[in-house]
Amino acid sequence: MSTNSLLIKNGRVIDPSQNKDAVQDIFVLNGKIQALGKNLEIPKDEPLPEIDATGFVVTPGWIDIHTHLREPGGTHKETIETGTRSAAAGGFTSIACMANTQPVNDSSYITTYIRQKVATDSPVNVFPIGAVTKGLKGEELAEIGSMREAGIVAISDDGKTVMNAYLFRKALDYSRRFDLTVISHAEDLNLKGLGVMNEGYNSARFGLRGIPKAAEEVIVARDIYLAELTGAKLHIAHASTAGSVALIREAKRRGIRVTAEVTPHHLTLTDEVVGTYDTNTKVAPPLREKEDIEALQEAVADGTIDALASDHAPHSREEKEVEYDHADFGMVGLETAFPLYYAKVLKNHWDLSKMVAAMTLKPAQIIGVKKGTLQLGSDADISIFDPGQEWVVDRSQFQSKSQNSPFHGWTMRGKPVFTIVGGKIVYRGNI
Amino acid sequence: MTIPNASPANALQLKSLLGTEFLKKEQIQILISTALAFKDRYEKGQSIPPTLSGKTAFMLFFEASTRTRSSFELATQRLGGNSIVLTKGGSSTEKGETLLDTARNIEAMRPDILILRHPSAGSPFLLDQALNLPLVNAGDGFHEHPTQALLDLMTVFEGRKQIRGTRVLIVGDIAHSRVARSNIYALKTMGAEVSVCGPPTLLPPKVEKMGVKVFYELDKAVKDQDVVMMLRIQFERFSHGQTPSQGEYSRFYGLNQRVLKLCQPEVLIMHPGPVNRGVELATDVADSSRSVILNQVSNGVMLRMSVLHLLSGGEPFSWKDAIQ
Repeated sequence: MSTNSLLIKNGRVIDPSQNKDAVQDIFVLNGKIQALGKNLEIPKDEPLPEIDATGFVVTPGWIDIHTHLREPGGTHKETIETGTRSAAAGGFTSIACMANTQPVNDSSYITTYIRQKVATDSPVNVFPIGAVTKGLKGEELAEIGSMREAGIVAISDDGKTVMNAYLFRKALDYSRRFDLTVISHAEDLNLKGLGVMNEGYNSARFGLRGIPKAAEEVIVARDIYLAELTGAKLHIAHASTAGSVALIREAKRRGIRVTAEVTPHHLTLTDEVVGTYDTNTKVAPPLREKEDIEALQEAVADGTIDALASDHAPHSREEKEVEYDHADFGMVGLETAFPLYYAKVLKNHWDLSKMVAAMTLKPAQIIGVKKGTLQLGSDADISIFDPGQEWVVDRSQFQSKSQNSPFHGWTMRGKPVFTIVGGKIVYRGNI
Repeated sequence: MTIPNASPANALQLKSLLGTEFLKKEQIQILISTALAFKDRYEKGQSIPPTLSGKTAFMLFFEASTRTRSSFELATQRLGGNSIVLTKGGSSTEKGETLLDTARNIEAMRPDILILRHPSAGSPFLLDQALNLPLVNAGDGFHEHPTQALLDLMTVFEGRKQIRGTRVLIVGDIAHSRVARSNIYALKTMGAEVSVCGPPTLLPPKVEKMGVKVFYELDKAVKDQDVVMMLRIQFERFSHGQTPSQGEYSRFYGLNQRVLKLCQPEVLIMHPGPVNRGVELATDVADSSRSVILNQVSNGVMLRMSVLHLLSGGEPFSWKDAIQ
């Protein structure tokens, strides 16, 4: 039998694509799901690797549709190799990487370059996202069709908003020809100005320039109207405010094709933590307030927000150990995302299968890839976690090249223990 | 949020003075009583303790400053210490060296205290966590300027004999003012009633949550105030859509003789300086008997002596009247 075959015994299998939540075995043969059921009897011609998943939860492989791998051009922060190892250690079997590399992924050449590096360097599946506009400059459309042929799964100028509404409308129109989702980074750059944190009482206290929630919400509203106008598939990246949630909920009710994601940090931290002036709390969009966390949490529970996504944004120490005003925006997330999501299950805000759907089936649908399921014959991408394991975040142990995490030292509950991609174990955690 | 200070063995139980937000009433009282005692001794020609004898204060100034800088230098000298000043324009990162590296280099030269002025809020917090040196925040961005606020409270106390219950109005660009923030925190801690007045574009978001009354109209705001503290308006505010013009600002938020007549007769007029004469403060008001602006400057040296003395382990001085 090939190295891409194994038997996973006795785990609690949760697969929202089949409404399954039962203690079962999974037989993987040659990288595909071959059988799923109770007490599987496998004819063993040769020894077959076995995982005893007793007490563990077994789900379709997790998919993170919002990461920054920084290669090409930013390899002092992260490389395709370190970023994808970080993904595997965080339990993810597939990730989508944003286009804001240097050069920008705005042509089929860069897309091809990324895919070639992935083929040799990455233990997990990587789906590139192409730019909407050339150089992310917001002036001309990138060669979206050529990038689609080279393998992109969506388009986004993430990191920046396409401020020209006319051009963004054209991108939405054009995306329909190639069946691509358009991902919106919603921050009005004029309203944002030189802001570095959420605008509110805490920005007043800390003496830092604020970014009002309206900077996000005016663009979410604009893009929803443009999605309605064009009929294109719109996805709102990192929704961070109660107001954005309300707009998305209303748009879905009206039948507009819009989906949304939320990050672990926007679900967990408020702008109060900025008072330490720890630049690892500086992120775009900024950390908001308690009522926003509650609205985001509720939106995941009721399906208004479809997907959970890390917005893994590595930065080096040189870019972070500076004045708050001068630090780069972003924090790493792949290796801390899961337990932060799982904390919501432990606190009874979400049920477990809902969380798994938002990490598997839903993100697969948003970027249109045949992943996120354990149905017979599908790719054997499988994530297994230990729901009872407590562990302390130590950023010096990250697989990522960067350590810009505000969760250093946090005690977490729930730990990925096996990450399996195409039937091959690519990460094995402490049990 | 916690202040990253252990409790060192000095009367303030503070390693550094980063801001007034987390200062306790007792700490403010010690700082002001010691400053008042120094002032009294200085004026009577009595000796000032040479707390900084053989010691060096390193002043790292990333923003232009004349008064604050010379005030700290004089304070150091009057305590018998030496000072050295390093000024840098703009951001250290633009010049290739990080702020932390600059500060670590300075620490390696073994000064005894670091005095920092920096255009980015929170910079003193960054350094205080990285360095073992005591640090005094001489102004960080729009965030805090604790010695200015403390010298203002000292001046209010001298003028009104009491801070508790005193009605203080702060007028102008509150949003971009570290002086306003530090004053609001310290005045509230001491039990003053604080109001702010300015155009909505120059007020911080949710400022009322700081426990202050908010006015947009100066004529209404000044009524019944014991102290009116005018802030300097930065000229760049007129070009960033924050207020239309100097003339219009002066018309609605300038303190002139007409507005002074709406104030209580014994009102104290304060200003952290430097004054834009004819803009936020009319010349005749700045020079009037109600103005205590120059007393603020004199008190500044004494208050900074008190800060340096106490952070260096000096004994607190009491004052004949309780600082209430």
